[in-house]
Amino acid sequence: MSNDKIKSDLIEYSLRIGDTSLIHGHRLGEWCGHAPILEEDIAITNMALDYIGQTKIILNYAGELEGKGRDCDDLAYRRDAREFRNLLIAECPNGDFAMTIIKQFLISAYNFSLYSNLTKSKDETLAAFAEKSVKEIAYHLRHSGDWVVRLGDGTDESHRRIQNAVNEIWLFVDDLFDVDEVDRNIAEQKMGPDPEVVKKEWNEIVTSRFKDAHLEIPTVNNFLRVGSRQGNHTEHLGYILAEMQFLPRAYPDATW
Amino acid sequence: MSDENKNTQWDLWEVFTQKKTGAPHEHAGSVRAPDSEMALMNARDVYSRRNEAVSIWVVPANYIVASTPEDQGPFFDPSNDKVYRNPNFFKTPSGIKQIS
Repeated sequence: MSNDKIKSDLIEYSLRIGDTSLIHGHRLGEWCGHAPILEEDIAITNMALDYIGQTKIILNYAGELEGKGRDCDDLAYRRDAREFRNLLIAECPNGDFAMTIIKQFLISAYNFSLYSNLTKSKDETLAAFAEKSVKEIAYHLRHSGDWVVRLGDGTDESHRRIQNAVNEIWLFVDDLFDVDEVDRNIAEQKMGPDPEVVKKEWNEIVTSRFKDAHLEIPTVNNFLRVGSRQGNHTEHLGYILAEMQFLPRAYPDATW
Repeated sequence: MSDENKNTQWDLWEVFTQKKTGAPHEHAGSVRAPDSEMALMNARDVYSRRNEAVSIWVVPANYIVASTPEDQGPFFDPSNDKVYRNPNFFKTPSGIKQIS
């Protein structure tokens, strides 16, 4: 494989990781001042900050590889929806607390499987990024996994809400593993994990937690949404970007 | 008691954090949580989100027995005028750093 091809795959691969962190971090940040208890408010926004920190590293790297002088801010604030590569599940609205927890749990499980394998990447920057981030994600997984069991194995109302959230979000779960040539090339170059391994580990984490929480994995086969890797998003992403990008686009020289 | 006044808060837990291995756990503050696992996570999120601690204890606040302000005299005054009660006359061996 030519070096140019490897490089463009690596940029694409980094954008997928970085954009998912950015959009999911932004969604978590929406809870600031709104969480059910003070301690949870601090916890969720703290995890949002973890994600924004991870975004900075990986989007800066994507910009550096691209070599057009774009940094993480340019990539976050100066691209339109079709250029974003975040997973669809990340852009889905927070909904109620149960939906937020399910999203956070499924994404944490995905990132945990991805990053713990990515620490073995031949690409030193990706490996270092994964090494640093997987510790944060391990905590996110513990925190959200704990809540999944609390809500699932809690009252009738909490169980109903979290099972509803699972049923609703499951339409976007296939998108996590809708792998394409880029993922396979990166795996072949030993720069990223085998997508099948990530999927298997994700499945184990999710199945075992759901068992403890008495949650059922829905059997939906129709209307599954995929396409994030090609930049095909839900309508929600546009609204996130409008809010997120307004200030830097309207006042390009603003500093704070 | 009317429903409006009912205390719906979770239990109070006192949080003690240790800044480095070997150092004492010091009181950091308190959190609310329905059980020990969540108390520990909340304590971590509130009091050590910037790596301030290497270890955390959480203790149900109602298990802490405290002296009262009225105890101040009887509990603490009597030793004030007995200088020989203080171990000031011993030399601390060099190499011991945790004792100030």
